Amino acid sequence: MRKAIAGGSARVEVLAPPRAVRHQRPGGFLENERLLAAMLLTPTVVLLGLFIAYPFVMGVWLALSNTSVGNVGEFVGLRNFQKAWNDSIFQTAFWNTCWYTAWATVFKLTLGMWLALLLNRSFRGKRVVRASMLLPFIVPTVLSTFAWRWMFDPTFSVLNWLLFRGGFITTKLPFLSDGAYGMWCAIAVNTWRGMPFFAITLLAGLQTINPDLHEAASLDGANGWHRFWNVTWPLLKPVTLVVVVFSIIQTFSDFQLIYVLTGGGPANSTHLIATYAYQVGVATGLLGEGAAISLFMLPVLFVVVWLQLRYLRRLEAT
Amino acid sequence: MVIERRWKKWVYFYIPLTVFVVGTLFPFYWMFITAIRPDAELYRSWRAVNNAPFWTLSPTLDHVRDLLAKTNFPSWIWNTFFIAMVSTLISLFCGLLGGYALARLKFPMAGMLGTSIFVTYLVPPTLLFIPLADIIRSFRLGDTPWALILTYPTFLIPFCTWLLMGYFKTIPKELEECARIDGATRFGAMIRIIFPIAVPGILSAGIFAFTLSWNEFIYALVFLSSPEKKTVPVGVVSELIRGDIYFWGQLMAGALLGSIPVALVYSFFVEYYVTGLTGSVKG
Repeated sequence: MRKAIAGGSARVEVLAPPRAVRHQRPGGFLENERLLAAMLLTPTVVLLGLFIAYPFVMGVWLALSNTSVGNVGEFVGLRNFQKAWNDSIFQTAFWNTCWYTAWATVFKLTLGMWLALLLNRSFRGKRVVRASMLLPFIVPTVLSTFAWRWMFDPTFSVLNWLLFRGGFITTKLPFLSDGAYGMWCAIAVNTWRGMPFFAITLLAGLQTINPDLHEAASLDGANGWHRFWNVTWPLLKPVTLVVVVFSIIQTFSDFQLIYVLTGGGPANSTHLIATYAYQVGVATGLLGEGAAISLFMLPVLFVVVWLQLRYLRRLEAT
Repeated sequence: MVIERRWKKWVYFYIPLTVFVVGTLFPFYWMFITAIRPDAELYRSWRAVNNAPFWTLSPTLDHVRDLLAKTNFPSWIWNTFFIAMVSTLISLFCGLLGGYALARLKFPMAGMLGTSIFVTYLVPPTLLFIPLADIIRSFRLGDTPWALILTYPTFLIPFCTWLLMGYFKTIPKELEECARIDGATRFGAMIRIIFPIAVPGILSAGIFAFTLSWNEFIYALVFLSSPEKKTVPVGVVSELIRGDIYFWGQLMAGALLGSIPVALVYSFFVEYYVTGLTGSVKG
């Protein structure tokens, strides 16, 4: 290491006038790339280590113990995982999470793509429309979900009013008071919130596509649908994949939307893994069991992240 | 480009776009109209003949006044702002230094560090909140703003680092080399040459990080317990509902006022935000 410093300063001495060398002296050790890199990365590594890596290890330990609030636990092996696996509420929560993620992602992708294609055309007021479309994504999810909850209210629902006035229904729909309806409501709200993210990122991807390609395709007689499938889609696939992965991770680990919209009810029928982990780990205070439940998210997240990393590597290689 | 008939343009463009705009903005309109509607009108049967849910003839500011005077709402706004601001600044600081190191310096394990920062970016807060609550308690940070100021960077730093690293890579190396030939140190070149050029990137990362911390919910829910120390999202959820009773007028007023600051920040920096958003996935 010392050799590197010596070499560095020697080179500078040749290149720079003497005054500069003297000026540079106090920070001379910063010329060593390794040392500088270590210094620059220290704050990041410390913070992430302390509040991500350490909690992670701690979480694994908690999951293997019977710790509860105010009670230091002891090692119990895989009992917490076993208990969760055989717990019918957990099973519901697990399938709900998969169902919720799958449908919400499908809806967000199709609607987001459609919106991106619409926004990619030029029209008056485009900037304002584009900016306002992102609002659901900007506004705190909890607050906008409250507005939805009010719109789904059992007695005063404006949606029921609309459907009733429109002649579609004769009695109220049980939006949040029925488990199956509740799940679809959650999927709808998640779609509403996440679609702009898809639309705006896909729009950014669309804008990089050369319009000449479309021109050429339409001269060859391709209609709108063909142009989308054979020109736009192949070029948009890389961006789409990344956005979908991000969205899957966020949707799969979602908490706030269900917490506010249904609170997991009625009768625990709309829990997601995260809300159930909260109920067991924080509300009930069984830290060990709660940690085990949230760790059930890990295998799915792991697969998704692994695919993403592999994809990034391949992209870098080409 | 391709010439379309007028009716086609309506069917394929104007009508779908209108549906999208109305669908996206309706909940906000509903928040607004509920916030200014008097209670007597709010709780009227949905089948009442004289029910006109989409507007009100007697708007009132009662809900807003109650919210500001009788609840801790003003301090929630301040708490949220303070926490979001400080954690954004910390994350920007770490992200700038770390992003520069990863983009420009050669050192062993650079690749591995880059990958692991990217992986932490993908770790959702809901995976770690239970052990983190335990750690916060043992550090004696529970129920203080520092619990959030120190934990928010865990999801902000990876994003800032990733975004700024991408930004630094677009700045030509020659600029720095010129400065160094003129006698600047590496560190000096970084501070005086590279960081000023990266201001748009810093702004994008900052705006995005600010909105993310303004919106954060689960850590704030778990780590804070005193009513006056809460952030807006948690305060609105846990303090404005008394027992099982929902005061919808006040709730919607809270939702509206809690969204306005972040929407304002966003509206001033739309382009930067969009860069941050699209950069957050492309790297």
